[in-house]
Amino acid sequence: MANRSSGLARWIDDRFPIFAWWDDHVGQYYAPKNFNFWYFFGSLALAVLVLQIITGIFLTMHYKPSEDLAFASIEYIMRDVSWGWLIRYLHSTGASMFFVVVYLHMFRGIIYGSGKGPRELVWLFGMVIYVLLMAEAFMGYLLPWGQMSYWGAQVIISLFGAIPIIGDGLSLWIRGDFAVGDPTLNRFFALHVAAVPLLIIALVFFHIIALHETGSNNPDGVEIKKKKGADGKPLDGIPFHPYYTVKDIWGLSVFAMIFAAIVFFVPEMWGKFLEPDNFKPADPMVTPPHIAPLWYFAPFYSILRAVPDKFLGVVAMGAAIFMLFLVPWLDRSPVKSIRYRGILNRVALAIFVVSFIGLGYLGTRPVSDLYTLIARVLSVLYFLFFLAMPIYTRIDRTKPVPDRVTTK
Amino acid sequence: MANDAVDPARRRLLAGTAGALGGVGLAATAVPFISSMQPSAKAQAAGAPVEVDIGRLAPGELMVVEWRRRPVWILRRTQEELDNLAKVSTDALRDPESAESEQPPYATNAQRSFKPEYLVLLGVCTHLGCSPQLRPQVGDLDADWQGGFLCPCHGGRYDLAGRVYKGVPPPLNLPVPPHKYLTDTRLVIGEDQETA
Repeated sequence: MANRSSGLARWIDDRFPIFAWWDDHVGQYYAPKNFNFWYFFGSLALAVLVLQIITGIFLTMHYKPSEDLAFASIEYIMRDVSWGWLIRYLHSTGASMFFVVVYLHMFRGIIYGSGKGPRELVWLFGMVIYVLLMAEAFMGYLLPWGQMSYWGAQVIISLFGAIPIIGDGLSLWIRGDFAVGDPTLNRFFALHVAAVPLLIIALVFFHIIALHETGSNNPDGVEIKKKKGADGKPLDGIPFHPYYTVKDIWGLSVFAMIFAAIVFFVPEMWGKFLEPDNFKPADPMVTPPHIAPLWYFAPFYSILRAVPDKFLGVVAMGAAIFMLFLVPWLDRSPVKSIRYRGILNRVALAIFVVSFIGLGYLGTRPVSDLYTLIARVLSVLYFLFFLAMPIYTRIDRTKPVPDRVTTK
Repeated sequence: MANDAVDPARRRLLAGTAGALGGVGLAATAVPFISSMQPSAKAQAAGAPVEVDIGRLAPGELMVVEWRRRPVWILRRTQEELDNLAKVSTDALRDPESAESEQPPYATNAQRSFKPEYLVLLGVCTHLGCSPQLRPQVGDLDADWQGGFLCPCHGGRYDLAGRVYKGVPPPLNLPVPPHKYLTDTRLVIGEDQETA
């Protein structure tokens, strides 16, 4: 920015510190210079959030949250509203791609130890965003009022019924009726378009403020603030703008191409983004032969099914998500990045990836004895990754961490 | 006041009481909002009892009636099916006596029904609320299968009295909703039988 010590910019900044804010968070925010591929996904998540908000606003102009009109209003958007199909496919593809981006973003955090001190709150805020995102996606999925919308909601709400004593009353209160119905649809609409998005936006704000307070981690896990030049700027840091704005815009362009290809050629993703059963209107009297959650919930759903007891299944599913919250404290390694960790960490990480993807696959398949057995094994491995983390991260051999970041 | 010195104890007391009272007020204000999410008068009225004519139900036939948006099954069991029901090994069942399960007293018996012939069940799986399907063929699912219900969601299995098998996810037998016979062919779902 031009000289801000006088003139209009100064006048504004004295009254509303927009330029100071720009400097703090963009223009003079020094990020490590060795960001790689994995660092695209934070900005991409933000981009998808903006896309979901904009497409969502336009969808609410035509959508009707009532059990008699909801399904037809979606078909109306698809057929009669000018470009309605595009806006809706952007929104439905955006939901799945949000999780693609967020899962990669979280994986980046795990491999480079980004949640370790002093960035525990960055991690926790991020985890809360993830949980809110799951709630947002779940409630949004009821709105088309198809068979899968209806029965998916029925199954998930009844999970609350497994809680001893208060369970039945709680699930009745959530539904607002004796089964999922018009009151449920109406309140999910309210939560989906107003309450949860507001919370997500607030948490994204917290996430970034906390990040900018500690400064970004990087693939080497080196704290760049420890080595500063004569000007007080980190030697291994570069200003976010223009360096990373340009890099992120490049990443966004590639992402947008992939995204557009999905929207225009395979918006249903062969039943993975929009399930075939959801093209039938909701029918409380007929359960579809096979109820499967969307792919992004499938790993946790697998864990739920793997436990023979209903209440313990719900507990296990909740614990599977809660484990992720604990990563900064379970990880006792003296180094942050996987680059300087030993074989134990790498093997554990590989097992985690296999168990998560395997559970995700099984969660979308019908139950069988063999699949249940595999799901049980993978669930145990999933939990072992977290529960054994304090042990293997401590005893694993580490390589010396350099003082400065490396660029290959 | 003569003494201008700050009294921290007094401030703590005031802050504490004001905070506590404010908290009580906030909690009281939350009540209407939380209560507004309970089933409305309309939803409760829609949950009123329904009357069904079972006169034309053939033996072995299953009829589905909607009550409180949930499917209620009325299955007219054949004598053969009732005989087969007795063959189901109680060791294979999770709750053979229906001790833990939900049913009115007039249906707490071996057939789980007021009249042995007519089985009235809430067709909602006790696992996660899916609706199981009738699989009446003996030997259909395995050699010991005496006919029953299979839940498509997670493989829950029930016999022809809605009793759940062991080794499948549902924790309880299918519930028997309150029901009452007005005449031999008129049945009311949602009201209890008078057991004189």
